Amino acid sequence: MTKAKKPKLLQGNIACAMGAIKAGATFFGGYPITPSTEIAEYMAAQLPKAGGRFMQMEDEIASIGAIIGASCVGHKSFTATSGPGFSLMQELIGYACNAEIPIVIANVMRSGPSTGLPTLPAAQDVMQARWGTHGDHSIIAISPYSVKETYIQTIKAFNLAEKYRTPVIILMDEKIGHLREGFDVSDDEIPEIIQRKRTLDKENYIPYENTPSMVPEFIPLGCGARYHITGLTHNEKGFYTQKSDEVEKFLFRIYDKIEKNKEDICEYEMFEMDDAEVVIVSYGSVARSAKEAVSKLRASNVKAGLIRLITLWPFNDTLIYEKCHGKKLVLMPEMNLGQLSLEVERAIKDTPFYSLHGAKADLIDPKVMADKVISLLKERGEV
Amino acid sequence: MKTQIRLSGTGGQGIIKIAVILADAALYDGFNAVQSQAYGPESRGGASKGEVVISDTEIFYPKVELPDIVLCLSQEACDKYAYDIRSGGILLIDSQHCSVDMEKLQGVNIYASPIISTAKTVIGNPLCVNTVALGTLVSLTNTVSKDAVLMAMEDNFKTKILPLNIQAYEEGRKLCMKLLQENKRRAKAMERLKRRPSK
Repeated sequence: MTKAKKPKLLQGNIACAMGAIKAGATFFGGYPITPSTEIAEYMAAQLPKAGGRFMQMEDEIASIGAIIGASCVGHKSFTATSGPGFSLMQELIGYACNAEIPIVIANVMRSGPSTGLPTLPAAQDVMQARWGTHGDHSIIAISPYSVKETYIQTIKAFNLAEKYRTPVIILMDEKIGHLREGFDVSDDEIPEIIQRKRTLDKENYIPYENTPSMVPEFIPLGCGARYHITGLTHNEKGFYTQKSDEVEKFLFRIYDKIEKNKEDICEYEMFEMDDAEVVIVSYGSVARSAKEAVSKLRASNVKAGLIRLITLWPFNDTLIYEKCHGKKLVLMPEMNLGQLSLEVERAIKDTPFYSLHGAKADLIDPKVMADKVISLLKERGEV
Repeated sequence: MKTQIRLSGTGGQGIIKIAVILADAALYDGFNAVQSQAYGPESRGGASKGEVVISDTEIFYPKVELPDIVLCLSQEACDKYAYDIRSGGILLIDSQHCSVDMEKLQGVNIYASPIISTAKTVIGNPLCVNTVALGTLVSLTNTVSKDAVLMAMEDNFKTKILPLNIQAYEEGRKLCMKLLQENKRRAKAMERLKRRPSK
């Protein structure tokens, strides 16, 4: 029996792990947790073969500590977790923001709070990804909606972490993590792999220099340049400062290097938006329901379209305003009680808006979305 | 054309495994396929569900909305997952461990077969329940080709346990043949009854 060439049947979690190895990850420190366990399993089996190291840690605080350490000496480092583990990681996420240490965290979201429903999906950590760690900071969070996109976006997550020297969070959910579908990626679809900008000038090295790019150059620890890494607010040399002008400059720089580069960072997909009068804004696995809902609405002569956000943080408010302002209705379905909806509602100003909550620990049914749009349009006398 | 298949039973029966094989086989046949699942935190016991959507176009919503084909290998699975099947759909249940309310399944083609006991007595390994069921289901519904299933099984089983599972799959096919023969006999009997002049 000769086997035909076909797309590989692949799970979202495995695609994430494969993407990490493709991106050049050389260190994984983690503590397996449902529904992200397959990522750790795959990394344990495959990362050593690719020349990297896998380390099972005693808990999630140690996991993120380990990957931060590995990144300081120049590794592209990675961990995977879910709700309870993500909560434990929060403090050190802030440390990585402050000390500008690139790390990638995959959070395969499950229903919470606390232990919640380990095997069921949700998108309840969207705000935690943004504001879980204390203090003013910016962060990058990406939410893929298919197995293939998980692979591509994991590579991009590493690229962004390296380019902007910041933590990047891949916000998957149980549905995408455990979904299996055909996976077929051609070489030209794979993004170029980016490495941290390094310098060889050890003598004159200023570790947190205010350059126009806002991202300082890097020399790995242990390579001859002696410098200070700290969670304290620091000056360009890395030492504690409380001088108001230095403090302000520092905080604005680590914030602006992300918030002022939204055009480079933020990705999205438009679906049937050319003549859309009703817009659904969605992300992650629920965007798959939303696409089906748009098709259903088009079949009943409602001109519906979808904006699918791939990058959730930094929030692309300009795009949302431009595409949604003045439409008949904007609907935002989310597998939570309304988190990113708050941002969308803020961005679209006075456009009619409805936030559709999904708290059933399951995907929102496309029919529920379509019916809601039609009933809201009827209420407003639009159909 | 979109086919929506739901496979259900008890955790530990290998339901998700055959859902994976079915989706993989569909890819071998050149279709798009998406496989999703729902299960509890327990590693054995509790209702387990694997879903496969097969289509010749892109699949957005990955779950089954209106099942065309349902397999139930436990009573709990029957109660939870059998009754939203579409009219004209195919329901396959284990004849010794499941019973369904025929009243609520008007227009559904129901087949009951001794899948679990075949795995135990004929194959001699209760772990093969899933592949016996797969054999019966695939030959009953023809959703994917036999060659594709065999290739998918090769990809998804370790070499050591592959022959046993292929044997189980073949036994499942035989169960299907028996079901179809019985149906034919029954149809013929009905025909004879109809032809008999009424007194």
